[in-house]
Parts: sequence; C-alpha cells; structure tokens
Amino acid sequence: MQKYSIFNLVKNAFSNHENWDLAWKDPTPKEEYDVVIIGGGGHGLATAYYLAKEHNITKVAIIEKGWIGGGNVGRNTTIIRSNYMHDENALFSEFGMNLWRKMSQDLNYNVMFSPRGIINLAHSDAQMNAYARRGNSMRLNGIDAVLLNREQVKEIIPMADFSENVRFPIFGGLMQPSAGTARHDAVAWGYARQADSMGVEIIQNCEVTGFDVTAGKINGIRTTRGNIKTKKVGLCVAGSTNILAEKLNMTLPIETHLLQACVSEPVKPVLDRVVTFGAGHFYISQSDKGEMVMGGDLDGYNSYAQRGNLPTLQHVLTEGIAMMPFLSKLKMLRTWGGIMDMSMDGSPIIDKTHIDGLYLNCGWCYGGFKATPASGWTFAYTIAQDRVHELNAGFSLNRFSTGHLIDEKGLGTKTWIS
Amino acid sequence: MLHIKCPHCGMRSQNEFSYGGDASVKRPELNKEITDEEWDNFVYNRKSLRGKHLELWQHLSGCRQWIKVERDTATHEIFNTYKAEEEIS
Repeated sequence: MQKYSIFNLVKNAFSNHENWDLAWKDPTPKEEYDVVIIGGGGHGLATAYYLAKEHNITKVAIIEKGWIGGGNVGRNTTIIRSNYMHDENALFSEFGMNLWRKMSQDLNYNVMFSPRGIINLAHSDAQMNAYARRGNSMRLNGIDAVLLNREQVKEIIPMADFSENVRFPIFGGLMQPSAGTARHDAVAWGYARQADSMGVEIIQNCEVTGFDVTAGKINGIRTTRGNIKTKKVGLCVAGSTNILAEKLNMTLPIETHLLQACVSEPVKPVLDRVVTFGAGHFYISQSDKGEMVMGGDLDGYNSYAQRGNLPTLQHVLTEGIAMMPFLSKLKMLRTWGGIMDMSMDGSPIIDKTHIDGLYLNCGWCYGGFKATPASGWTFAYTIAQDRVHELNAGFSLNRFSTGHLIDEKGLGTKTWIS
Repeated sequence: MLHIKCPHCGMRSQNEFSYGGDASVKRPELNKEITDEEWDNFVYNRKSLRGKHLELWQHLSGCRQWIKVERDTATHEIFNTYKAEEEIS
C-alpha cells in the first residue's frame, strides 16, 4: 500500500496526481470466507480492520448494500466523547478515546481528530448537582471532567445567552476537555483502506437477502451477488438491524428511529467547543469549513425514511436559538437524516447470539460515531475469540431479561420520558 | 409534516399528537402464568417493521384520545386510522 506522506504528495504532484493507487479494490465475492461482516459503515469497517490487525484473520468480507460510509458514519455530527457515568459506558468509551487519539497515525489517514472539549450546560441547581456527580464518576474512571460555574462558562462561550430574564438561565456546565470531533468520512475511508491492504475484501452494492442456518449454526449468507459460505457472521447494520433480524426469526429490543442533523451557512470562527443544551436535546459545534453543525431529538416515531420531518427540526433549532440567539441570523445550508437503532435502555448491544457463529453489534442510539473504534475493536475480539471482552460484557443481549439494564439516562425509544 | 386523521376530530397536523409505539404489542393476560420470554416480548422486544406499521398515537393537544394509525415507516403514507378499541380485520 502506498503510504500517504508529504513526500508522496510532492512526488505525485509531478505526475498530476494521476498515479495514486486506488484506496481500496472492488472485488467480486468469493465462495467462502472465514468471517463475513454485514454492513460497510464505520463499525463494520473498523471490525474488519481489527480482525486483521489484532487477530490475524484476513479472509474477511465486508458486505455492503450501498456504498461504504453512506449510512450513519456519513450522517452524524462527528462528536467524540466519553462523558458517561456508568462503568460499562465510561470504560468502553474511554478505551475508544485512546484509539481516537492515535487513529490518524495508526491508519496513516488524517481523520482530523480535534480534541476541542465538550460542555454540557446546566440550567438549575439540581442539574449542577447531577453534573457534579457524573463528573466525579468520570474522574474515578480516569476520564477528565471539569465542573464549570456560570462565569467560567461565559468566558469560554460568551456568545451563549447569559442575560437575566431567560427561561433557562445558564448555571454552569460539565466539561470534558479531551472530547472533540473528527472528520467522519475519513474514519470510514481510513479503516477501509487499511483493511483492504491487509486482505479484507470490501464488496459494495451487495444486499444480504437471507441466512443459511442449520442446527443452530450459521453456514453462510445469501446475497444479491450469490451465496457465500462462512462459519462466522457479524451484523453491523445499525438502522437496518430489525430487517435482518426478521430474516433470522429474531425479535430484538430495538426500534428504528430517525435522527436529523443540519448545518448552517459557513461563518467565521465563533465556537471552538462542542456545546450541548441542558434543558432539552440540542448540540452544536463549528466545522473547519465554518458551518455550525447542529442536531438534537429523534423525529419521535418509527422511521426508515432516512429523511427528516420539519416539526422536529423546528423544535430542535428553537432550543438552539434559546441557547445561542445569534443562530437565528444564520441561513440553513443542509439538513439530513439517518436511521438509528434505538435500544430500550439507550445503550448498545455487542454480543453473541443463540445462533452459533452469529454475532450482533447494534443499538447505538445517538452515540454510534464516537464508538466506532472501540466497537470495532471489541466486536473483532468477540468474533475472533467467540466470547465477549470485559469491555463489552455489559452490552449483552440478555440484559433486558435479567434486568441488568445500563440506564445512563434511560433514554431509548421513549424520548418523552426525558 | 404528517397529517393524521383523528377518528374523533378529523384531519389534524402531527404537532397535536404524541407517539405511543407499536399497537400490535399485547400485554400478557392477568392472573396467568407468564414466562420471562413473554414478558420480554411485551416490555422490550419489537419487530419495528419497515413498511406497514400499526401504531398508537395520542391526540394530546386535541381530544386526548388514544388512536391507532396504520402508517408506512419508509414513506410515511398513512393508510387508515382507527379508534383505540376498534377491532382491525
């Protein structure tokens, strides 16, 4: 594989950049693989990469219905954080933070990781207390957390509304300085390029139509480009998990919902952090191009539309304007939607299933993008070793029957509870 | 914007409604032995169909009645609406 470096950039400039290798190939599916990963999004690509890198399993195929990176890894708001209270989420996400920090070097691909910090605003004394508790839990797990008072927040984000007579005055906030953003598409492309270079075959425009399961064991999959034999299948298809589960006669604790995001027209640098509104569900950051990147609530009803509805967008942006009034002067550049696996407790599932050789990675709710490296790493471990790693042991499928829910906020499909 | 025909009030905008989820889920009968699996299926497990989906909505800012709506989850086309107690053939 060609290394991406300043020297290669200069060298290729002399041939008008016409001689670069393809970043990944476009193979036709083989008859058999050791592992088949369904879903060529961030998590699927990362899983294949870590299977090859950490476990030396390279006879791997990624089966993607559309094109790689066209789903939620290309539709999110690029936020990376580990500001969780519960051990399962906190330790898993912080493990991921360490992978994020070295990802550009690891993948030889600039993912533009920008640890600019995230601030969750508090709008009452009670919320400050809750944030103090969450911050303490984070610090006990080795995650950086700083509780900010009103004056400190004002110094960092003076453009927020600090006037006296507002409905949701800013009391302070909880900051994780090491959180940040990354270039989402680059994450997918970086993983794809490295996985491809180690022998993983990325098969696009190939839809899975069924599974061959005999005597409780997986033997292969059926696709629109022929049947493929394999003993191990990993499902990484957030948003379509229920559709594939139906083909396996499984009913999962997941509903598919739509989440929207949008960007404003580009403006000069004004916001150098990620900020979330504490009295509703709204988050904002500014991209390197200058656009304000915003998102918030689910549309609120089951949806596979991949396109949002305006009442939700209006509601979310009303919160944004309450928090930062200058936003009302900006024009909207683009809005889009992605379909999420909303699990019933708001936490993901990375586990084996009752079918031998079938592994499940789903239920990422609002937080799939930031989990990409940790999810890929632990899922690769689970597939390769046929057992869960301690980092994803809590994300079990049967926790709903046993009552071991991870109710970080208890926010799953039922957003009205919040 | 969805437009939902409340069987009590007529056509209204989605802003007046709140969503109540899959209407095909049935609570296990009272005073009967219930397996963990049945309980799971009632509380957590959902089919989350792509396509025709029968779901509950409440006309919260209207007559406050719960209603059933048959909607396509991919196109948002609404085929029919029913009163909560109406049997659907």
